[in-house]
Amino acid sequence: MEPDFLTIIALIVSLLVIRVTYVLYWTGRPFKRAPTTSLRTMIVLGSGGHTAEMLSIVNVLQKDKYAPRSYVAALTDNMSLQKAQVYEESLQNHENNVDKKRGGAQFMQIYRSREVGQSYITSIGTTIVAIIHAMWIVLKLRPQVILCNGPGTCIPLCACAYLLKIIGWRWCTTIYIESIARVKKLSLSGFLLYKLPLADQFFVQWPLLQQKFPRSQYAGRVM
Amino acid sequence: MGERKGVFVTVGTTSFDKLVAAVDSEPVKAALFRRGFSHLQIQIGRGTYIPSKVSGEDGELEVDYFTFSPTIADHLTAASLVISHAGSGSIFETLRLGKPLVVVVNEDLMDNHQAELAEELADRKHLFFARGPHLLAQTIESMDLESLVPYTPGNPKNIADQIDAFFGFSSPGEGSDQKGGEGEGASVSKISKLFSFFLDSL
Repeated sequence: MEPDFLTIIALIVSLLVIRVTYVLYWTGRPFKRAPTTSLRTMIVLGSGGHTAEMLSIVNVLQKDKYAPRSYVAALTDNMSLQKAQVYEESLQNHENNVDKKRGGAQFMQIYRSREVGQSYITSIGTTIVAIIHAMWIVLKLRPQVILCNGPGTCIPLCACAYLLKIIGWRWCTTIYIESIARVKKLSLSGFLLYKLPLADQFFVQWPLLQQKFPRSQYAGRVM
Repeated sequence: MGERKGVFVTVGTTSFDKLVAAVDSEPVKAALFRRGFSHLQIQIGRGTYIPSKVSGEDGELEVDYFTFSPTIADHLTAASLVISHAGSGSIFETLRLGKPLVVVVNEDLMDNHQAELAEELADRKHLFFARGPHLLAQTIESMDLESLVPYTPGNPKNIADQIDAFFGFSSPGEGSDQKGGEGEGASVSKISKLFSFFLDSL
């Protein structure tokens, strides 16, 4: 007897449910054993204080463990990638150039889902473009770790990485550090990443937020 | 002659004409002069309101301005009082230098989450906080600089250590990583993972 169309659909849906449950189960669970190679790390930058905070965190990471590094910023953000480039160049001058073996840092720009003040109707179109672009970037950079702290650009990137996780293409760990400017309420990006949940680790920089969002971690402030 | 005390006003990379105009107004300049400040330097950023330069010869507050400078740090260091917009970068750069700070919130900004940060730091007595430029004069008149508590900068290393711990990386200086096979995210057969999940849940 041939399986009919409905049976095939039911089978695919069941497999998807099992896979999503599996991914959700493992989201946020620490690695049992440390990776034996360095982790390809994508760092999402943003305007305002976002880039400064992000770089202050990258600065204290063990560079040989989180390499090669890629930096992604919005197309309309001119300063962030420049700051990241200056930072990575300063590393080249100091260290034993571990990166040279694995390839140096990369810098990429992504379309924004929505510019400040843009109408919500046209935002639908630009969001779709942003999601497609994000998928292209994630496929190209193949991150194993995504570090982000709140600019809207991180949502399409984290969502695409999560989608690839679900279909079993590539496992990526998302680490979110809510901006120091968020004291009593989460940003929209933070809220989405916390609730869905898309982030494996979720840091807040003020104790009140940790109480409001118990699955988050408070490990002090970055500045 | 006493030591000359200067005030530095910064709006960062933004445009905050209402703050510049408030600082340039007689009530604020008089309040600053009464509090013992002799000169005022205003960084106007992308703003279009141009303050009036004052030479300060006639026993009044000296006023000067500029748009941007690569050496904001120098201006901050030289100042005895800083008046700033509520951007986190400006706030923490000033607090790191241990300077008395008055933060003025730009009420015209939508989604004003910046006020939260300034409010919290003001509650902790690290700075003075004015909810809008119209409240600047009274904030300057009433502020008690002796009441300020120095801000202890945070340390991003704590977060970095937590991230390392998630992956099983040891922090630098500790023993070696927990070696062994690869972590959860490695390219072990996906089907076998599915099976072990099934088995675990039985």
